[in-house]
Amino acid sequence: MTPGQLALRSLIVGFIITFAVITGFAYTTLLERKLLARLQGRIGPNRAGYIPVPTRSGKPRRFLGGIMQPAADAVKLFFKEDITPAKVDRWVYTLAPMLAVIPAILILAVIPWAGEITILGQTFSPYFAIAPGVNVGIVFVLAITSIGVYGVVLAGWASNSKYAVLGGIRASAQMISYELALGLTVLVPIMLADSMDLGEIVAAQKGVIDWFVFRQPLAAIIFWIGALAELQRAPFDLLEAEQELSAGYTVEYAGMRFGMFFMAEYMKMIALSAITATLFFGGYRGPFVDQVPALGFLYIGLKTFIGLCIMIWIRATLPRFRYDQLMAFGWKRMLPISVLNFVVVGIFIVLQEEGILQPLFENTLRFLGIG
Amino acid sequence: MVPLSWYLLVAALLFCIGLYGVMVRRNAVAILMAVELMLNAVNINLVAFWRYLSPERPVGLAWAIFVLTVAAAEAAVGLALLISVYRNRGSVVAEELDLLKN
Amino acid sequence: MVEQIVFILVSLFTLITAVVVVTNRNLFHAALALMASFLGVAGLYVLLDAGFLAAAQLLVYIGAISILIIFAIMLTRRLMHALESPFNSQWGLGAFTAVVAFAVMAGVIAQFWPVTPDSVTPLASRPEVSASILRGSVAELGRALVSSDAYVIPFEIASVLLLAALIGAIVVAWPKAEDE
Repeated sequence: MTPGQLALRSLIVGFIITFAVITGFAYTTLLERKLLARLQGRIGPNRAGYIPVPTRSGKPRRFLGGIMQPAADAVKLFFKEDITPAKVDRWVYTLAPMLAVIPAILILAVIPWAGEITILGQTFSPYFAIAPGVNVGIVFVLAITSIGVYGVVLAGWASNSKYAVLGGIRASAQMISYELALGLTVLVPIMLADSMDLGEIVAAQKGVIDWFVFRQPLAAIIFWIGALAELQRAPFDLLEAEQELSAGYTVEYAGMRFGMFFMAEYMKMIALSAITATLFFGGYRGPFVDQVPALGFLYIGLKTFIGLCIMIWIRATLPRFRYDQLMAFGWKRMLPISVLNFVVVGIFIVLQEEGILQPLFENTLRFLGIG
Repeated sequence: MVPLSWYLLVAALLFCIGLYGVMVRRNAVAILMAVELMLNAVNINLVAFWRYLSPERPVGLAWAIFVLTVAAAEAAVGLALLISVYRNRGSVVAEELDLLKN
Repeated sequence: MVEQIVFILVSLFTLITAVVVVTNRNLFHAALALMASFLGVAGLYVLLDAGFLAAAQLLVYIGAISILIIFAIMLTRRLMHALESPFNSQWGLGAFTAVVAFAVMAGVIAQFWPVTPDSVTPLASRPEVSASILRGSVAELGRALVSSDAYVIPFEIASVLLLAALIGAIVVAWPKAEDE
């Protein structure tokens, strides 16, 4: 294929995936509200739209009440007055929501959604993604997530409000602290798979038993905590702490501009959930995926969905960190543990490749009188 | 078809813009930003030479990584110094930091 | 042809934002322009098939250094609304020096390397390299950084430098007891 055709195909695939994720974002908001309500013993939004199921008594049962809630929310946000406060830095104020959304969409580019697959006569090789075969895929993901902080910082600064500035400063400090742990943890799957290409990382996790989460549970946990901190979700949502900062950096935003921050948060939730699935939970791989490659979409969708549910569950369960606790946890716990973890993994991999590990293990067992 | 010299010219221009900034800006943070621009210009040169002259040996890439490291260290220490100066003197305008004069 | 157009667009973006960095009166906008300029440089790296370095540029320059600079501007905020000129008294001399420096560099570059693009003269167009070499360049780089006949000593010195900078930054910015 010529570069032009490749670019056209990436454009089409990108359009489809972005559209799918934006739909997913809309229903993630509903999922969050519903699930959160259930976890707190409430019902949640159940008025906007339903699927009528006929019953014998004549009156149809309202199935999936609230199914149209995202559409209602979108209409509300669109028709709200879009206020630009008088003393804001107008340029930056307009730019900030865009800088929040763009990285959230860009992360999707390198995630593999299925293996080698043929759709409508087009063969997607080596895997189905917007930009397949990026040899530094995972570094790209880290780089783009690190750009995500700009939306928050700029919004805080441009709003010219002390609550917003405090939210922005908290955000930048938090993201810089947790990015380190996140970056160092990502090294573990890179070392295990011997590649930075997300497709090859997935390919290295053949069966369920090979999933990196079983070989490196500690790395998976640290990555998940770091991802929650990057997303600024509970328990790391201090920068929008309602009680202290009255919604932090978004305090001066209204209407669809506020909606864009909302969108960025939920799209990043989906993207980071999918990346966690890719790095530690076998990505699109699952039973029979080699025979029927289309199952890959189902598997990664399911894994992403479970990730989202866990995020919401954590939000309902854990109280928020205090700011000093957050910093202490990031620098004094997460960072040393992740450094130690990747050094130990590196040493073990070298020992194994040099053929020292096996005799060492056996001799230790013999010394202890077990082997 | 882009000749090597185009990359070198862009890098030279970027370097000179940075040089201008270093020489004329009053605010010390702005001077630091101009220095970062100059370091970036150097990196463009290194990577361009790597790609055009020796793509099979990662000489230029390695040095570009070192420049990146030095830039990070420089930004951290430089900004820490500026914040310290601001705390003591209430200003980061380079001309006003004349404690050693007279 | 496409390559030339993309190159010119990316370079123009980089250079124009760089000019904004050194001339803009509003320091915060200058910092944003600096970030945009770094982005343009990352684009040049991608054009030069150095994807890893482009990602590193995003991660280090945009994700860390620009954020640090924005942080510093926020902490020294009172100066942002200063109305006096952002330039000192020697701006004319500075501009002259920069122009002369560029003229010298451009002359040297034009002397030694072909300026007009054509596919026959060496270095007048990007040399073709097999995809496997480019794909393997990251692994090659990693090996070079730790092998004793290449860059292991600079690599170790860089790590010491980073540690020193880390400690130094903390010590320098630590508030004195009477400030608190």
